[in-house]
Amino acid sequence: QRFKGLGITIRFILIQNRAGKTRLAKWYMQFDDDEKQKLIEEVHAVVTVRDAKHTNFVEFRNFKIIYRRYAGLYFCICVDVTDNNLAYLEGIHNFVEVLNEYFHNVCELDLVFNFYKVYTVVDEMFLAGEIRETSQTKVLKQLLMLQSLE
Amino acid sequence: MPAVSKGDGMRGLAVFISDIRNCKSKEAEIKRINKELANIRSKFKGDKALDGYSKKKYVCKLLFIFLLGHDIDFGHMEAVNLLSSNKYTEKQIGYLFISVLVNSNSELIRLINNAIKNDLSSRNPTFMCLALHCIANVGSREMAEAFASEIPRILVAGDTMDSVKQSAALCLLRLYKTSPDLVLMGEWTSRVVHLLNDQHMGVVTAAISLITCLSQKNPDEFKTCVSLAVSRLSRIVSSASTDLQDYTYYFVPAPWLSCKLLRLLQCYPPPEDGAVKGRLVECLETILNKAQEPPKSKKVQHSNAKNAILFEAISLIIHYDSEPNLLVRACNQLGQFLQHRETNLRYLALESMCTLASSEFSHEAVKTHIETVINALKTERDVSVRQRAADLLYAMCDRSNAKQIVAEMLSYLETADYSIREEMVLKVAILAEKYAVDYSWYVDTILNLIRIAGDYVSEEVWYRVIQIVINRDDVQGYAAKTVFEALQAPACHENMVKVGGYILGEFGNLIAGDPRSSPLVQFNLLHSKFHLCSVPTRALLLSAYIKFINLFPETKSTIQEVLRSDSQIRNSDVELQQRAVEYLKLSSIASTDVLATVLEEMPPFPERESSILAKLKKKKGPGAVSVSELEEGKREGGELNGGSDRGADTAAMAASNASTPSPQADLLGLRSTAPVGSAAPSAGSLLVDVFSEAGPATPSAAVNDDGFLRFVCKNNGVLFENQLLQIGIKSEYRQNLGRMYLFYGNKTSVQFASFTTTVSCPGDLQSHILYMQEHFVEPLVEGGAQVQQVLNIECLTDFCDAPLLNIKFRYGGALQNLTLKLPVTINKFFQPTEMASHDFFQRWKQLSQPQQEAQKIFKANHSMDTEVLKAKLLGLGTALLDNVDPNPENYVCAGVIQTKNQQVGCLLRLEPNAQAQVLSHTHTHTHTHTHTNLYSCL
Repeated sequence: QRFKGLGITIRFILIQNRAGKTRLAKWYMQFDDDEKQKLIEEVHAVVTVRDAKHTNFVEFRNFKIIYRRYAGLYFCICVDVTDNNLAYLEGIHNFVEVLNEYFHNVCELDLVFNFYKVYTVVDEMFLAGEIRETSQTKVLKQLLMLQSLE
Repeated sequence: MPAVSKGDGMRGLAVFISDIRNCKSKEAEIKRINKELANIRSKFKGDKALDGYSKKKYVCKLLFIFLLGHDIDFGHMEAVNLLSSNKYTEKQIGYLFISVLVNSNSELIRLINNAIKNDLSSRNPTFMCLALHCIANVGSREMAEAFASEIPRILVAGDTMDSVKQSAALCLLRLYKTSPDLVLMGEWTSRVVHLLNDQHMGVVTAAISLITCLSQKNPDEFKTCVSLAVSRLSRIVSSASTDLQDYTYYFVPAPWLSCKLLRLLQCYPPPEDGAVKGRLVECLETILNKAQEPPKSKKVQHSNAKNAILFEAISLIIHYDSEPNLLVRACNQLGQFLQHRETNLRYLALESMCTLASSEFSHEAVKTHIETVINALKTERDVSVRQRAADLLYAMCDRSNAKQIVAEMLSYLETADYSIREEMVLKVAILAEKYAVDYSWYVDTILNLIRIAGDYVSEEVWYRVIQIVINRDDVQGYAAKTVFEALQAPACHENMVKVGGYILGEFGNLIAGDPRSSPLVQFNLLHSKFHLCSVPTRALLLSAYIKFINLFPETKSTIQEVLRSDSQIRNSDVELQQRAVEYLKLSSIASTDVLATVLEEMPPFPERESSILAKLKKKKGPGAVSVSELEEGKREGGELNGGSDRGADTAAMAASNASTPSPQADLLGLRSTAPVGSAAPSAGSLLVDVFSEAGPATPSAAVNDDGFLRFVCKNNGVLFENQLLQIGIKSEYRQNLGRMYLFYGNKTSVQFASFTTTVSCPGDLQSHILYMQEHFVEPLVEGGAQVQQVLNIECLTDFCDAPLLNIKFRYGGALQNLTLKLPVTINKFFQPTEMASHDFFQRWKQLSQPQQEAQKIFKANHSMDTEVLKAKLLGLGTALLDNVDPNPENYVCAGVIQTKNQQVGCLLRLEPNAQAQVLSHTHTHTHTHTHTNLYSCL
């Protein structure tokens, strides 16, 4: 019997700008700080050399990176090689549309100044390395409710 | 819709972030940060109690500083305080800080758990979610212990809000992954499975991840999920694009949930119930049909979402591998994608087709796309797409198209990216061998490989061609002729010289009749390359020369002259010199009969799995990242595999028929003890081995005592190795904590199924050390692959037994069961302490009560070499103190054993003499037995 891998599906989510500055790093696996830094640099090196004619997937160590570029920002999700590429690619887009709505035309600075809110958005949509909620309406409603709390 | 202004709520934070962004240099940034840290520190230490808002703001600033990459060593307490605030924003920052800066400080863990507990029972869904997210993000053993029984209750309770259920399901999943022993589903199983029926699609989306994970571990208990998943899928697939409202994404109903459902079904064989199966097949057909419908939107999001489902459905169809009709339809669909303008789709179609090629039902259908795939190999811009095309060509290759595919791959090799050349070479070599009808084609192909990509032709490849030529006498003459011709080229690759030297040395006589390739011509040709070659190749050529002397007596004087020349017989390289001397002597004193016996033609090689295949598998194995680490460990362990000594390879040639070949006489590493375990999957190949019957008798309870002892003084190396499995260890210890990386390497070419590992603590060890299994090993370990596992270890008090690691897996049907001692010994928690002579003896005297002192005399098992002993004592983890003991022959060490509960200072003195050694050691606590255990290794 062939089984799909058991384990954490998403290993990490990274948002980086073209210069390699990290705008969000969400880890779903234990890495020590040095390892995290190394991963961040490697992902940046791997992703930024690719152009629009390339696929949105890159093999990365034993995993793969599904990524998409929005203006100057790269949104990258690291998953198992057996995972569904397109589902995560659209997972990224879904997440970006929520950010866009939430921050009203999101730009890089929104992510910098509101870094602590971005984590909330991530946790609403991805938890424990899995997709938690996919409905933009539901997520935004929840975020709006939290926003109104003191 | 909400719009968030910049840093609203916390002006100070926004100002700080702006300041940092305005810093012109790294120095300025550090200065600004230090200023802020000083400010926050004074605020936290100040007399005035801070209000919640200020606390939140400062904690948030600290978090920002941490995320910039600076260390934060305070503020944890304030963050924990925020957890008990009843304001959401304060709580949220507190939880975020805890989640990002996980700290194993035990005092805090208790407080954090307390706060989480309060929030979980608060009945406030927002607070409950925050607490659950914190558990899901941290996922520590302590949290699992505290909450693993509570969360299932929350998950299935009737009055739990949907959003809380979603978080609870995934939180439980995280705990199950970190501490499966603590998450007992039992009574909850059926209610959890029925979450697949939940009205709220978000709940289903979250719960299905949990169910999938649990199903993989306990398929039987969860098998009712199959019919529920099928009916849920069926409802989604048959719904109109607007039915699901919130869960419709660019006109595609619930794409992510559909994918997850299809993936869950891949944990099980096809449904046995005819009705369920019929419904599922209908769903799959509908999905395939929808792919043919005109798109409802031109947006790429629409087609991506639709195709995400399609690819997952195809995965399921391939997984079942029982519906020829669906398999062929899937193949046709993928065929269309092969020419799609989206690179993503072409890539995925190539990838997916690769698995279809291995199904008997769709293999032929895949083959019809050969031209498109060859074209992709030639024209794709993205190297990863070309790589997939090469993979697919390899997968679709059979006897009918092998010549075409090999030719295309060879021509692609001339321009292929460096990154994939080596793998391409291996693939060509394997296909050429596997589908060789006439072996002259095979020889041509391999020689072409060496010509085109000589640098990428590994030893395995050229060893293999020689092996085959030696085993098949119908190709020997052709091979000799071909290498002779190839060597005519003014510049030929060194690998060509190796192959040429070897083959002419063995079979040069077969072409010697032709005056154009007379013995002397052959010799001169080989010798013309000699000076440009590296030492190993020259060594091989020398062996070829001595073989020539036997084959062609007329070359004897010429060759002896060469051997006698200073550049050979006085060569600075020992190996070359020795060969020259020995061969010269052999050729002058041995009689023709003796010479003929010693230098007789190589006997056929025992047939076994192609080493190339093993290499390719290793290359593709999932353990690629850590292989180098393991190999590093291997070297430290001093267990060098035979055959890595390249110079020695050729020694075998001369000694081939000697009655007792030395281990080094194992030419090409092929005659070493054949691995009993290397079963060969590819039946078509002539030279593929036949050992595949049954695996070796199931070994069990093989305790690795000597392996264990070697690890007392070191942290990395190979813990265990047999014919099937190699286990490498890397470990690091700091204070009372340790982390151990275990690398399990499958040495065979066959996958291990149901691979599980458990760590147990015999006796009362449990109360002395604590284990946290960081992640599991996947249940399948592919042939040649390596998987990694991390163990976190905490030493609570001193201990003497070692924990046990039990490994179970199925290899070719037989259950393998193995128990090893994990090399966790008390000395790993030693911290060296430096002290002066005066202090040492003062403490030594203070600790002289009977229970504090232990003394033992034992015989040294090994020589008492000073440096070795010193290295061992250092390896033990103590500080070796020089100039402390008045007697310079004695060794004096000091260290502190760090346990969670206490620190135990240890002083150690070793008084060796020529016959026996006296050991005495003293310490503040009584655990003599532990030490006795430890020192026995000296």
